[in-house]
Amino acid sequence: MELLIIAPIVLALVSALGSKWNKWITWIFSMAGLVVLLGNWGSLAPLVKGAEFATLVDYPWLGETVHFQLGIDGISFFLLLLTNMLIPVIVLSINSDKRLALIPLILFMQAGLNGVFMAQDGLLFYLFWELAMIPIYFITLMYSERDAFATTIRFFVYTFIGSLAMLASLIFLGSKSLNGSFAYTDLYNVQLSFAESIWVGAGFLLAFAVKIPLFPFHVWQPNTYTYAPAQGSMLLSGIMLKMGLYGVLRWYFPMATESIDFYQPIIMTLAVIGVIYGAIIAMRQDDMKRMIAYSSISHVGLIAAGLFALNSSGFQGGLLQMFVHGINVVGLFVAVNIIERNFGTRNLNELGGIAQKNKLFTVLFFLVIIGTVAAPLTNGFPGEFLLLKSIFDYQATYAVFAGLTIIFCAVYMLRMFQFSMLGECNTETENKTIPIAQLIPLFVVAFFVISIGFFPQWYLDLFQNSSAGLLNMISNVKGVLS
Amino acid sequence: MNPIALILLFPLLGFALNGTIGHKLPKGIAPWIGTLFIFLPFVITLGQWDILSNDVEATIKWDAYTFFNLDGIIFKAAFTLDRLSIWMTLIITGIGTLIHLYSISYMDHDPNAAKFFSFLNFFVFNMLLLVLGANFLMLFFGWEGVGLCSYLLIGFWYQNASYGKAARKAFIMNRIGDLGLLLGMFLIIKNYGSLEYSDVLPAIAQGTGGSVLLTSIAILLFIGAMGKSAQIPLFTWLPDAMAGPTPVSALIHAATMVTAGIYLVIRCEALYALAPIANEFILWIGLATALIGALIGLRQNDIKKVLAYSTVSQLGFMFVALGVGAYTTALFHVTTHAFFKALLFLGAGSVIHGVHDRQDITQMGGLKKMMPLTYITFLIGTLAISGFPLLSGFFSKDEILASVFHHNIVAYIVLVIAALLTATYMFRLLFLTFHGEFRGTDYALKDVHESNWKMTTPLVVLAVLSILGGVLNLPHYLLHTDGFLASWLRPTFLIFENPAHTDITTEIILIGVAISIFLFGFIYSRSRYITKNMSPEQSTAGIEKVLSNKFYIDEFYQKAIVRPIEFLGDILFALVDTLLLYGLTFSVHPILRFIGRFNRKIQNGNIEYYLLYMVGAIALLLGLNLLFA
Repeated sequence: MELLIIAPIVLALVSALGSKWNKWITWIFSMAGLVVLLGNWGSLAPLVKGAEFATLVDYPWLGETVHFQLGIDGISFFLLLLTNMLIPVIVLSINSDKRLALIPLILFMQAGLNGVFMAQDGLLFYLFWELAMIPIYFITLMYSERDAFATTIRFFVYTFIGSLAMLASLIFLGSKSLNGSFAYTDLYNVQLSFAESIWVGAGFLLAFAVKIPLFPFHVWQPNTYTYAPAQGSMLLSGIMLKMGLYGVLRWYFPMATESIDFYQPIIMTLAVIGVIYGAIIAMRQDDMKRMIAYSSISHVGLIAAGLFALNSSGFQGGLLQMFVHGINVVGLFVAVNIIERNFGTRNLNELGGIAQKNKLFTVLFFLVIIGTVAAPLTNGFPGEFLLLKSIFDYQATYAVFAGLTIIFCAVYMLRMFQFSMLGECNTETENKTIPIAQLIPLFVVAFFVISIGFFPQWYLDLFQNSSAGLLNMISNVKGVLS
Repeated sequence: MNPIALILLFPLLGFALNGTIGHKLPKGIAPWIGTLFIFLPFVITLGQWDILSNDVEATIKWDAYTFFNLDGIIFKAAFTLDRLSIWMTLIITGIGTLIHLYSISYMDHDPNAAKFFSFLNFFVFNMLLLVLGANFLMLFFGWEGVGLCSYLLIGFWYQNASYGKAARKAFIMNRIGDLGLLLGMFLIIKNYGSLEYSDVLPAIAQGTGGSVLLTSIAILLFIGAMGKSAQIPLFTWLPDAMAGPTPVSALIHAATMVTAGIYLVIRCEALYALAPIANEFILWIGLATALIGALIGLRQNDIKKVLAYSTVSQLGFMFVALGVGAYTTALFHVTTHAFFKALLFLGAGSVIHGVHDRQDITQMGGLKKMMPLTYITFLIGTLAISGFPLLSGFFSKDEILASVFHHNIVAYIVLVIAALLTATYMFRLLFLTFHGEFRGTDYALKDVHESNWKMTTPLVVLAVLSILGGVLNLPHYLLHTDGFLASWLRPTFLIFENPAHTDITTEIILIGVAISIFLFGFIYSRSRYITKNMSPEQSTAGIEKVLSNKFYIDEFYQKAIVRPIEFLGDILFALVDTLLLYGLTFSVHPILRFIGRFNRKIQNGNIEYYLLYMVGAIALLLGLNLLFA
């Protein structure tokens, strides 16, 4: 499985050398991760269905204490699937041949992301965490539509402060572990006092809260999503922010279990505030990308709240919704990109009537919209149902507030659809049809909108055991504590 | 193949066919596919009737697949055809077929007819999901699904931005209710560990769960019903929903979807029978809605708006019946209302068609000469809804009034007033449209034409049903036993018993009141609009202005809810997000620069200064040492 990391790096280098190559060759490069992942399904399947975070490879690396150790379980596999499935979709949506560095950077990032979701060593996790960030800095720096430097530097400083806090936590854990090892299980076995746990937890949570992003740590996000090139926004919102949510599950909960009771009410409250806050702001945005940025704050707030409800439906709903949010938000950004590319603007006040000449695009876009709105039989529903149920089980009043999302989301999503697609044409939107080839990424998205909508159990099967195993691992520690 | 699978499959197939290749088929094929694929489920459903009628315990089940499971709680796509759901299915597919047939010619000139039939079939599919589902999850699927179809069909003519607004309003207001339903479902899962009716409802009937829990669940589910069935305060979307093509109004916003809330309460009879506080709540909400809907209906001049407020009001009647625990009566009124309200809407559609897409009754009058069949059927619909003796509405409304009479006399009086207003606004509408002088200014009476057979056949069938519908549940004083519907539904109830029968004197008084109600409405409207030949009121002052402006409820919501949220959104964006959070966070940067500048000044490279700092620091340290030693 090292190949999931090595292959994208090699291909990134190759594609950088042959940057004038045909788009389809680079697209095949981007498929490599998915091929590796699915090609190994036979040997992975028992591990994926297992309850433990099973080790795949383990080499001594920096001395004896830091290992190049990768592992997999259903949770990791599910996020690897998301990453390696979305990367080709994102590559496919590239519409400029002039952005030569884009594809190598995306492939490079794929390696980092794959590493994050598999790392079984604290320092290795940190390394991949930062490795995944470097390409996206360059993508925003080089290709942002405006304020590139200001946006990127703020994004960088903000997320980097969080990452450093996490590094401090990891080093502290490592210093207390058996033989100073950073291996996942050794770090897990470290016994922390309550006070230590609060600090270690704070380090992790700061990094993850910034990345997710959780209200009020989201300040870097709206501008970055808005001004970054479409593919940058897709990478950030579709995959990158799942690193934060994954980190909470995989690293924060097991490593600083003693602090959960302390942080749980705080994070739950912030997350639910974020759900409403993001939605209310999203209702008033005219820039489609900025609207999606704020709606994303709302949606990931719901996921975070579900994870922190710390029950089975929250974990499962959260995991499923990470996948679904990734697909839908990429679908939305693809659609906005198509609109902007063909009609020259993504401002809702300047659009309208696109549906008249572009029936297929309308249908696909609408599917993504109702998936996001979480209509039954679309992919948004099962996850949102489980998440709201988990929040309800934690505290019914929280669910009432978080539940407002089903109303607000309909408001801003249908508003966006109305003002862009329906109504009368204007001079910009008249007489223009979108070439079918541009719609290919949306077909992939539509496939997942429907298949997850009708058969969520197919997907839940992938991680149900692992999710139960993780929850068990956490509640065992909590059980000892209480 | 399981009959339920077939019943669900055909509309879904129709949706898929017409949605993908419908517009490529030769003209005229798509609508017939749509109609046929609703008619077939109707026939299949009829075929199951005997099985259910021969054995009171019989139900037909279909477990399609496991949707998902969560720690042993299995959420299934499972369906059941029992005596309640077969009744609803027959209404949906039966009336559905007629309305599809009618739509063939109504949508004849629309280039997107295939899309229309595709959506219409998808609506029927979702509605069937709702009533056939064997658990709350499937109900919720259908529930949201019909909301989505309603959105698509209200906004069918999507070029018109105001239609789009009406469509969004309907979807969003429904979702407010859906949140209640969803929370109710969570409460059910938490306490009963399942969403299957067959687990939850018997457990409730056997007394599991305290009264606080049952009341909470009952009210939360009812909030869902308030959204879907357009009850106060969530009713304002329904009149706006008239933006959709008229057959849509007939099928979705009169005969079927809006009665989903009533179906939900009847389905959960065991729950509501044990939650008296919730029932009282339902009663008064229903009563207020019945009255306010009827009041507003008095002064509307759009033919469809009158019928829309009439629907709101009639749904209120049904909830009143539910509030007093008369479940059979409510379903009886659902049924007769489906007949006569579908008839009235289709009649209105025929009128709109005949007068070339006009809906304003100030521009009509005297149409009966030109549209005799539409007139007669519309008259029958009017008589039925107003409670003309022996027509369907007479029996069902009389049953509601009688059960309220025994429950609460104040509620009875309010409901009598609402019934009186019903007869009044309906005859006003009938007289202003079909009688008197022709008032059209921009078209001539001779341009008005009767509709063709595809449109009038459904009118005639529905008119017959509106006349005869009463036989489905004839009252005790005629039969000396329970009516058909009452005995049919009896086995599906866990707690509810058919009520004891009133003595003949009370019954005669009640019938007398009912007939007086009808006569009053008829005579009052006749004297105004026929004898005095009044034109439709242009209500500009006083209470009439309030009525024609619908009590300013929309304006109130706009000012009290929508605007403040929008304002909050702007404030949060401009002040909190941009200025406070973003500004504050990144003001760290100038602060650092300021510190840097200060540091630069200190470290200026002069050795004298460094010595000075050193000596000063040593002196300070010594001083501190002495001080604290």
